[in-house]
Amino acid sequence: MTRAHDLGGRPAGDIPEKDDAVVFHVGWHAKALALNLACGALGAWNIDASRFAREQLRDYATLSYYEKWMAGLANLLVERGVVSEAELAGEVAKAPRSDKSLHAGDVPSAIRKVIPYLRSSGPAPHFQVGDRVRTVPAPGAGHCRLPAYAAGRVGTIILSHGNHVLPNSNARFQGENPQPLYTVEFTAAELWGEAAEATGDAMSLDLWQPYMRPA
Amino acid sequence: MPHDHSEPHSLLPSDPELRARALETILVQKGLVDPAALSALIDTYQNEIGPQNGAQVVARSWLDPAFKARLLADATSAIAELGFEGRQGEHMVAVENTPEMHNMVVCTLCSCYPWPVLGIPPAWYKSDEYRARAVKEPRAVLAEFGVALLAGQKVRVWDSSAEVRYLVLPMRPAGSEGLNEAALAALVSRNAMIGTALAGTA
Repeated sequence: MTRAHDLGGRPAGDIPEKDDAVVFHVGWHAKALALNLACGALGAWNIDASRFAREQLRDYATLSYYEKWMAGLANLLVERGVVSEAELAGEVAKAPRSDKSLHAGDVPSAIRKVIPYLRSSGPAPHFQVGDRVRTVPAPGAGHCRLPAYAAGRVGTIILSHGNHVLPNSNARFQGENPQPLYTVEFTAAELWGEAAEATGDAMSLDLWQPYMRPA
Repeated sequence: MPHDHSEPHSLLPSDPELRARALETILVQKGLVDPAALSALIDTYQNEIGPQNGAQVVARSWLDPAFKARLLADATSAIAELGFEGRQGEHMVAVENTPEMHNMVVCTLCSCYPWPVLGIPPAWYKSDEYRARAVKEPRAVLAEFGVALLAGQKVRVWDSSAEVRYLVLPMRPAGSEGLNEAALAALVSRNAMIGTALAGTA
């Protein structure tokens, strides 16, 4: 598991185009985003699976942002049986409009529709605001949303969000497995030691209960 | 997936513009994608949903203390009062800048961002450089953006690792007394609501 996407804390250069106000720089950027949104509406995968598809790309580090979105989409379409490899290679027979396809007239409501990730099922919270917790020693295999820089660190719970869909299982189509979600605050010194820029600065992450133990 | 087998996407043209066109053609031919829906999606995020929405939320919070209290208590509901809700804004949290605390937001693992109030994230927010550096050296990043912190002001970085989305409420700039909501909103840039600018600056 390379976790090529897990960038927090790595050395890097200057941040590009900080005042940029252009939404889509070229037409294919817009198309890559819209194709992802339109295909998401087909219901063959969920948001965690789409993130997992992108972070698993063998060429993650060299593909540009929207290239990742297109490559992840193409892989998911095949993996979920929506499009065959032959069709992806160009052998496509014309078919009638699917009932599942997103119609232009439904776009405004689809974008504004609120589909929460909060669930009423799942375990009771083991922790409450103010509790000290230690994160597990390393991000789990698969789609785990614990960044490596915060693994095995001690923090304090500052917000409790109820039970949210767990990305680890949802990304693999193994069920939503809702788990208590907390915002956990870490001091800069805890995360970075002597490399921390300033005493008293803090970092917060949104972490599920299976990612932590009592400290 | 074994390494001797190519990923399915390699069946598409590698040139990104040709690849986008090929994907669209295949999906339209199969009846899975309506080209008019693609145009509507692009038009919505190009022209309708963007940082002007968030700026209205911030301006309202500066003018209406009761709204601000609701926003800090339950941002999703308060923001919905202004008609902004939906995809990538399902669970909003508003974080307030004060003379003691400056907030900034990042997504180190991908590009999570509050779409209903800020639109599609800018390229810099999605860049490897911002994702890598924002958590370890936020003060250097802020300096690079030209943000001067106050003496004694602490920095808090929110790494959006779940479906919670953060909106920074910048401090109301001095001299903005008497301005109406639209005039105040004009002082609130996209970057100010991510935390990489102050209100009243570009």
